[in-house]
Amino acid sequence: MAILIVAEHDNHTLQAATLSVLTAASEIATHISDTELHLLIIGDECQPVVAMAQGITGLSKILVADHQIHQYPLAENIAPLIVSLVQEQGHCNDEHQEFDKTQYSHIITSAGTTGKDYQPRVAALLDVAQISDIISVESADTFNRPIYAGKAIATVQSSDAIKVLTVRSSAFTAASFTAGSLTTELLAIESQVPVVALAAQADSGKSAFIKAELTQSSRPELTTAKVVISGGRGMKNADNFELLYTLAEQLNAAVGASRAAVDAGFVANDLQIGQTGKIVAPDLYIAVGISGAIQHVAGITGSKVIVAINNDPDAPIFDVADYCLVADLFEVLPELTAVLKAKN
Amino acid sequence: MKILVAVKRVVDHKVNVRVKADETGIETANVKMAINPFCEIAIEQAVRFKEQGSADEVVLVCIGPKEADVQLRAGLALGADRAILIRTDEEVQSLDVAKILHKIVQEELPDLVLLGKQAIDTDNNQTGQMLAALTNMPQGTFASDIAFTVPNTVKVTREVDGGLVTLALSLPAVITVDLRLNIPRYISLPNIMKAKRKVITMTSPDSLGVSLSPRLTTLKVESPPVRQAGVKVADVAELVDKLQQQAKVI
Repeated sequence: MAILIVAEHDNHTLQAATLSVLTAASEIATHISDTELHLLIIGDECQPVVAMAQGITGLSKILVADHQIHQYPLAENIAPLIVSLVQEQGHCNDEHQEFDKTQYSHIITSAGTTGKDYQPRVAALLDVAQISDIISVESADTFNRPIYAGKAIATVQSSDAIKVLTVRSSAFTAASFTAGSLTTELLAIESQVPVVALAAQADSGKSAFIKAELTQSSRPELTTAKVVISGGRGMKNADNFELLYTLAEQLNAAVGASRAAVDAGFVANDLQIGQTGKIVAPDLYIAVGISGAIQHVAGITGSKVIVAINNDPDAPIFDVADYCLVADLFEVLPELTAVLKAKN
Repeated sequence: MKILVAVKRVVDHKVNVRVKADETGIETANVKMAINPFCEIAIEQAVRFKEQGSADEVVLVCIGPKEADVQLRAGLALGADRAILIRTDEEVQSLDVAKILHKIVQEELPDLVLLGKQAIDTDNNQTGQMLAALTNMPQGTFASDIAFTVPNTVKVTREVDGGLVTLALSLPAVITVDLRLNIPRYISLPNIMKAKRKVITMTSPDSLGVSLSPRLTTLKVESPPVRQAGVKVADVAELVDKLQQQAKVI
């Protein structure tokens, strides 16, 4: 038996979230005797990703579906590919056994928007349940996951033969690359991980990619940043977010936002942190002008240290913050930036 | 064009939920229930399409207890034409919800199925995708804009991790909606009165030929670890000092 990990990438770089998924998969593997970790890379001209994956410890096999139809991840094309892999492999490896003995016990990916999109489609095609957004592993079939915007943690056991999971990447530390210093050429020689190229599949013909409008940013990625600074309605307008970006510069931080700030048009919606946006768990989270609604707090409670800056002493954010500063953010932000700049 | 909208009855999003003392679940007795906020956005969008002339009929479908007719009436007051309530008092998991909706899709043959991207109680974010798989329809998840352009095609702008992505889907299709799609209208009193005359058809999973087969068992439900109460700092200097000396994060 093996665990199939579906990689998240942009055809050039493996997303850090995949490394956290690998950690979750390894934890599951400790509960099963004699299991392997297989990494599936679906993309178009994604050789750089394959090369990066070669540097990961613990993988037994890398499966690559490199085809033009996967240039943009479409659930209609990805789901049948994963399903065929599960069924075919079962057929090949257990010829003398029943067909329904598949090779894969778990199919696992990160709970980013891509994984959330195709993974339930995979589960339904396999006629199994999916467990979304797991935050810890109890055993091979039992996992913990937050419900009700993180107000409760449910321990869920699956009775399905194949467990289809998505992983909250901020809840697991990222697996390390074995060979950060090795070049791609060296890796190719030293690595023993076999790479299997998968046959091309037909396009579903049901959906087509038209365009992407991606937010350009020089700041670290929100979900993996060590420090995150977020602004809310209290920032008053989009221009004032510059104050946060200047501060973020000093701390090498990512900048996020509350729903109020996104809805008011201060920042793009992919910066939203919370139940319906991104879940972050940085070392330091600084909430500026954010009241701290349940839905926002759902996205930050994994943070090591929370700082809240708000002029309302009764703001609920102060109930979860480690350090509370009741003050006008327009005075505090420039001052904080100046102090940090002086120290740097 | 016929639009089918799936609606879920959930604990109101403003309620501060409490975990039951015996750790079997969430306290739902005497707690305010409401339409799941994402489902409300889906209804609003379907009604807007009807008002724009691109849809002829908006049908709501809900799986839940008898009391869910309150949420369906609210949906009808928003402007939907009729509703179907699949009555069950049992917990219905996402895969079974998708199977039941699949049966309704086979009966109603909608051109478009709209769902919320997730229910705020289970936070699963699965049903729409599972329904798309079972009906072999394309899916547009996390939609913040939906437009019918060429015949039999719908253009969907999706909220993804890096920004926005636009896809073209051939109809019939399943679309799950994100918060940014629209702002649902307030229900007016005349519309509440009108909604009383609209039809809610009752059925059950059994009569649709779906036997519920829950695959997941919730072993326990606990409160998350409580964060330690924090300290107030007087000014920026103290804050920086604490972060450096005490928390050691900068």
